[in-house]
Amino acid sequence: MKVELRNITKVFPGRSKKQNEEVVAVDNCSITIPDGKLIGLLGPSGCGKSTTLYMICGLQKPTKGQIFFGEDDVTELAPENRGVGLVFQNYALYPHLTVKQNILFPLQNLKGEDRPSKEEMLKRAYETAKLVQISELMDRKPSELSGGQQQRVAIARALVKMPRVLLLDEPLSNLDARLRLQTREEIRRIQRETKITTVFVTHDQDEAMSISDYIVVMKQGVVQQIGKPQEVYDDPDNLFVAKFLGTPPINVFSGHIKDNTVFIGGEGVLRTKSAPDGEVYIGVRPEGFILNDSGALGCELSRIEVMGRDMSIISKNDASVNETIRSIINSDIKADPGAKTVRFDIKPHKLFLFDKESEKRIRFEVE
Amino acid sequence: MDGIKVMRERDIGSARSHQRIVGIAAQAFCYLFLIFMALVVLFPFYWMINSSLKSLAEYKQSVPTFWPNKVLWSNYAEAFSSASLGRLFLNTAYVGIVSTLLSLVITILSAFAFARLEFRGKDLLFSALLATMMIPGELFTITNYSTVTMLGWRNTYTVLIVPFLVSVFYIYLLRQNFLQIPNELYLAAKVDGTSDFKYLCKVMIPLSLPTLISITILKMMGAWNSYIWPRLVANDEAHRLITNGLRNAFTDTTGDVNYPVQMAAVALVSAPLFLVFVFLRKYIMKGVSRSGIKG
Amino acid sequence: MVESKQKWKAWLYLAPAIALLLVFTVWPIINTVRMAFLEGYRGLEAANGQTFQIGVENFVKVVKYKRFLSCLKNTVLLCVLTVPISSFLALLVAVFLNSIKWLQKPLQTVFFLPYVTNSIAIGMVFAAMFNIVGSFYGTENEIVVTAGIINNIIEFFGGKAINWINYGSSYIANITVMVIYIVWNALPFKILILLGGLQSINKQYYEAAKVDGTSRTRIFTRITVPLLSPMLAYVVITGFIGGFKEYTSIIGIFGESMGPADDAGRLNTMVGFIYDAIESNNQGRASAAALILFVIILAVTLINLQVSKKSVHY
Repeated sequence: MKVELRNITKVFPGRSKKQNEEVVAVDNCSITIPDGKLIGLLGPSGCGKSTTLYMICGLQKPTKGQIFFGEDDVTELAPENRGVGLVFQNYALYPHLTVKQNILFPLQNLKGEDRPSKEEMLKRAYETAKLVQISELMDRKPSELSGGQQQRVAIARALVKMPRVLLLDEPLSNLDARLRLQTREEIRRIQRETKITTVFVTHDQDEAMSISDYIVVMKQGVVQQIGKPQEVYDDPDNLFVAKFLGTPPINVFSGHIKDNTVFIGGEGVLRTKSAPDGEVYIGVRPEGFILNDSGALGCELSRIEVMGRDMSIISKNDASVNETIRSIINSDIKADPGAKTVRFDIKPHKLFLFDKESEKRIRFEVE
Repeated sequence: MDGIKVMRERDIGSARSHQRIVGIAAQAFCYLFLIFMALVVLFPFYWMINSSLKSLAEYKQSVPTFWPNKVLWSNYAEAFSSASLGRLFLNTAYVGIVSTLLSLVITILSAFAFARLEFRGKDLLFSALLATMMIPGELFTITNYSTVTMLGWRNTYTVLIVPFLVSVFYIYLLRQNFLQIPNELYLAAKVDGTSDFKYLCKVMIPLSLPTLISITILKMMGAWNSYIWPRLVANDEAHRLITNGLRNAFTDTTGDVNYPVQMAAVALVSAPLFLVFVFLRKYIMKGVSRSGIKG
Repeated sequence: MVESKQKWKAWLYLAPAIALLLVFTVWPIINTVRMAFLEGYRGLEAANGQTFQIGVENFVKVVKYKRFLSCLKNTVLLCVLTVPISSFLALLVAVFLNSIKWLQKPLQTVFFLPYVTNSIAIGMVFAAMFNIVGSFYGTENEIVVTAGIINNIIEFFGGKAINWINYGSSYIANITVMVIYIVWNALPFKILILLGGLQSINKQYYEAAKVDGTSRTRIFTRITVPLLSPMLAYVVITGFIGGFKEYTSIIGIFGESMGPADDAGRLNTMVGFIYDAIESNNQGRASAAALILFVIILAVTLINLQVSKKSVHY
């Protein structure tokens, strides 16, 4: 099922009459989610991603704009008529019901012809439980389950009514690090097996990058960029997206362009074919540095951290926006930890230019 | 050097023993006080049972006996018949059960509206309700007395049940409980197409069962102990409640009364409450303490 | 919150409660104020079409009424005596209960027991305990057979028997009995609340105090009481509110005569006064008295809140 948001805007009225400031949670947002794909809605907290999810779900109605499931306009449709499954951050399992009763709950709400027979309900509940691998937990209460198991039950409850769209709100944030890795693979597997169009919300870019077919990066209610994770990473549209994606984060310098040369501080680090002169931000991915004694960029060496196959060189430069610059280099290359300064060349495709005012990407061609 | 060492060792030793003595003394004092207070609390109950089993002659002995020489169970039979406790029990049970059931329904519906539904003036209405809790009940009684007289409800069961069906306090208690149920459960139910009413029945009520039980017990106890209002509006044979019946049957508290029978009647009236207490202590104490901590 | 179009549905859920509240709560408030300011208002006469002048005469009459003043005195006296005594005793019991392990649960249950009693019924037990048996209405020529168990205990310790509640008993003796009974009745609620408060105090404060070598009394006055102050304030305020509504406990001990045989009504209270006025069809007077009671309770509560605002530590 293709899901399409057309110019969606959501405005929340001010809390009280005195402070009558409206809050624009989502601003003119258009997203098309292809059928059967896994989409990650990504952004810092308060960026409107959960509101967007709730609007797809139907729990909140957009102030403006339309939502389509396939060719159907579902904007005015109540959640139960949309055929969506929703998994909450804290799972929202009914604590007084067993796992089986929790999974059966949505089916028991169906009315008339939609309502399956008792046997059919049980059969579907067990099939779904098998899919998420909780068959042996059916008679337990949620309080007797681990976080990961609760998560699976929540997914099963969302899947059992065979939704057209599966929505997950921060599905992994209540799990510990090890379970998080395991569960995200699990979500990926379940999504692949069921081929249900899935949207999930997260603030963790790692999570979004690792399992999504597409990611949507949002900031303050505005969609910043939509694309395949690697494409967005390699080709960010603006400084915010560049900064938000990637661990360790991108290194940002303030610099300028003059005569087709990119300058960090006084040092020209790159020649371009065509770039307008002016003040710019220069973003360099940590893996974009090449250690070279005669490199273009000189930095004051702080320390070197070796972590297995990679090493991080932490250094300082007056033009850097952040306090330190972190570069990641293959640990086969020898570096002198006692040196005062360190010099780098920069890989051109790992260097991004952004307009100083608008923070928009300035694309250029390398000479 | 040696001297200092010895001194120090002795100090620690004496400090330790001093500490132990003070600790034991404090504990002993604690227990003494608590047990004394417990005896004070229990004494009336003991005296009630002790007296209720004595013959009148033995009760009047100048040197009291602390357990009846001859246990006289017949006092209970006499109390039961002379105060016609059977009828009173039935009346009270009927009023208690009906008013509790109706009250629960009303309380649940209102608490749900205040906790989960959105409507204009919700906060204002709720504050207004809470404000009425400040007003002493006597202030309502004056008019309610006229109202029920006008409605021709005097000496009916209705008059004992209807005026007190709504308790703002219970609504408040249950609303607080409802609010603690995570909003996500409600949203999840909405996504699954659960109606408000079904959600209330299938999720909120089961999850608030302890509070509902507390309310039930407190309401039943209220019916059992109510005295002033029933005396005012329904003090005829057919509708009289237990407390009034007890008070009416034994008008005299001083002077030469047949105390053993009176005490037997008191014990009989108190017995159901004690049974409830023994089996449902947890819920009563929770309900009462919750009223305190949230209030 | 889900956005629902059917906002009227909420009113459907509220309808039964609101209907009943309008009849039995809102209307009485309005009507009581109305009746209080109609001079000499009486329900029966009003039903016959008599009209009454607007004025404050009811209030003036009530305040000048000697029986009202005696009711007010009794109520205030009982309040002032019982609230501090019961609060202090409850605090002691709660603190001690909290400091022991062995027997804590059974004792806690015992101390809660008076809460689940019928105050009329147990009042009759107290009356029996304080009664002088055999002195029929206490008349002179009656022979006292036994002085009653409380007097027996007093005599056992070498004291003299006291006429607590019988014919010819003194006001002080009557009040003493009432104070004992009311305190006994008030303890369980207060102990429960205070113990609950104590158990929610973080144990680390006590551990820190222990490491610093703080004495028991200092721990009590400097840690326990301040941290418990919200609960204490609550217990005192509800104690006062309840105290001003004292009525049934007196009926429990003295019967509906509200006093010893030779001086009926001696121990009557504000609430008793209001009910007497209702029963004698004197709604104007009852309303005025009820409003006075409301104002007193409101004032005492506000004063208490003010005091506790200064002394409640968080």
